[in-house]
Amino acid sequence: MSRMSERVAEKVRQIKGSGIREFFDIAQRMEGAISLGVGEPDFVTPWSIREAGIFSLEKGYTSYTSNWGLLELREALSDVIYKESGVYYEPEGEILITTGVSEAFDLVIRAIVNPGDEVILHEPSYVSYKPCTAFAGGTSVCVDTGVEDEFKLRADKLEETITERTKAIILSYPNNPTGATLSRKDLEAIADVVNEHDLLVISDEIYGKLTYEGTHVCFSSLNGMQDRTILLNGFSKAYAMTGWRLGYAAGNKEIIEAMMKIHQYVMMCAPITAQMAAIEALKCDEEVERMVSEYNRRRRLIVKGLRDIGLSCFEPKGAFYAFPSIQITGLTSAEFAKRLLMEEKVVVIPGSVFGACGEGSIRCAYAVSQYELKEALERIERFLERGRVV
Amino acid sequence: MNEKDGEKELEILKILEENARISDTEIAELVGMEENEVEEIISELKRKGIIRGYKAVINREKAGIEIVQALIDVKVSPERNTGYDAIAERISRFPEVRSVRLVSGEYDLSVLVSGKTMHEVAYFVAEKIAPLEQVRNTVTHFLLKTYKENGEVFGEEEKGKRLAVTL
Repeated sequence: MSRMSERVAEKVRQIKGSGIREFFDIAQRMEGAISLGVGEPDFVTPWSIREAGIFSLEKGYTSYTSNWGLLELREALSDVIYKESGVYYEPEGEILITTGVSEAFDLVIRAIVNPGDEVILHEPSYVSYKPCTAFAGGTSVCVDTGVEDEFKLRADKLEETITERTKAIILSYPNNPTGATLSRKDLEAIADVVNEHDLLVISDEIYGKLTYEGTHVCFSSLNGMQDRTILLNGFSKAYAMTGWRLGYAAGNKEIIEAMMKIHQYVMMCAPITAQMAAIEALKCDEEVERMVSEYNRRRRLIVKGLRDIGLSCFEPKGAFYAFPSIQITGLTSAEFAKRLLMEEKVVVIPGSVFGACGEGSIRCAYAVSQYELKEALERIERFLERGRVV
Repeated sequence: MNEKDGEKELEILKILEENARISDTEIAELVGMEENEVEEIISELKRKGIIRGYKAVINREKAGIEIVQALIDVKVSPERNTGYDAIAERISRFPEVRSVRLVSGEYDLSVLVSGKTMHEVAYFVAEKIAPLEQVRNTVTHFLLKTYKENGEVFGEEEKGKRLAVTL
């Protein structure tokens, strides 16, 4: 019999196993470690949201929902999106409830990509975009962003990468891992390019509510962009609901309909308990505000802390990540992360995980308590001091 | 005071409400200010009587401190000119009284009284509160167990564990 690994589909085999999986395994098991490696809130889902989920179970809501998701939830979402960004999405036909943004992203890529189509992606960025694009038979074309541009996707650099095969661009701001955001002006420049080249935009705005300077601008609210944009968002980050797995896509009817075709066969519907809880979540502005102001305090704490111990750090404007440079140490980001874990038991994520241009930086999530943040900073300082002596 | 200062003031108050023992240096880091500015704002807040004190929230049951507390519903006749204020302030002066609030509903004042024994608390209400001229009626509720106080839940809360690494 041939080796099992040879029976794995070509497309899947070509996705390289992450080189730092071993590091992650050690990190997961390390006792007494402080983790700045976590991409989710440290808050528990606010009680009123949990209570709504529990209540729905007590009432016996345990069935499938419409493939589209509960109409009540779609209507509430439509209202909230309109109130916050002035964009109106029809609850019936233009909004699809998904199992997290992860599913929504997979759906949209599969819905629009033909083999050989190119999808432009700015890096450093979240790790799923490239593999999902590859699974769908598409090609990712990366545009580097750097600290000198505040990790913003520059319209001119974007334009240079556009070819005849370009189908869509992915926008992921506020950005994981850099914490960068785009202003209205930045977005307008991108919108011009999108218009000019007749492209689609997949805008992953999962960290939108976690914006600390200025206000988040929804890409589809820009002139002429609603029809070209597939807006992806969800409940995980702002409402501390990662484990509930709930997100949504909003956009042009025909694209959403295409996504729905895939969704109904592979997922059927998002879990009903999560959907019932999400209806309540949309009424929890105050809880969100409370969490956002706490993240903001920690953001100031970590940026100042990192700078004080000698690391140059871009000031993140959104999400809950700091992305300091570790170039002064002469280590690669993977070496830095591994040694920091072994020597001081602090977990950070090597920037290279988020794209080649992330090399030289590390991602530090500040969704941890102030106490842990301070302790982590002290340990990193000790680690750096030792490096200087050697 | 401009709007921005007002915002900083509120932010500092929020931080102190959550943790009154935090140092000025730490507050300065959290709000992105200089330490001496924070110091100034806080002493101004104290001077204006906005910050009234800093006290620990104690789970007395756990500490083995035996005190008896009761919530007293007090119905009073408001007075000409001073309304409820004069009688409320009068009641407030007793050291046994821990808090006094004007409330809506069937009763007017909600008074928290603290003492060593049930007898002491009952006696205090009968001797000091009930006989006051403006007091028409009182109902005493002895506190049996505290589950949450000042935003702090007293039971041990179990919290789900996150993975150390997620991207």
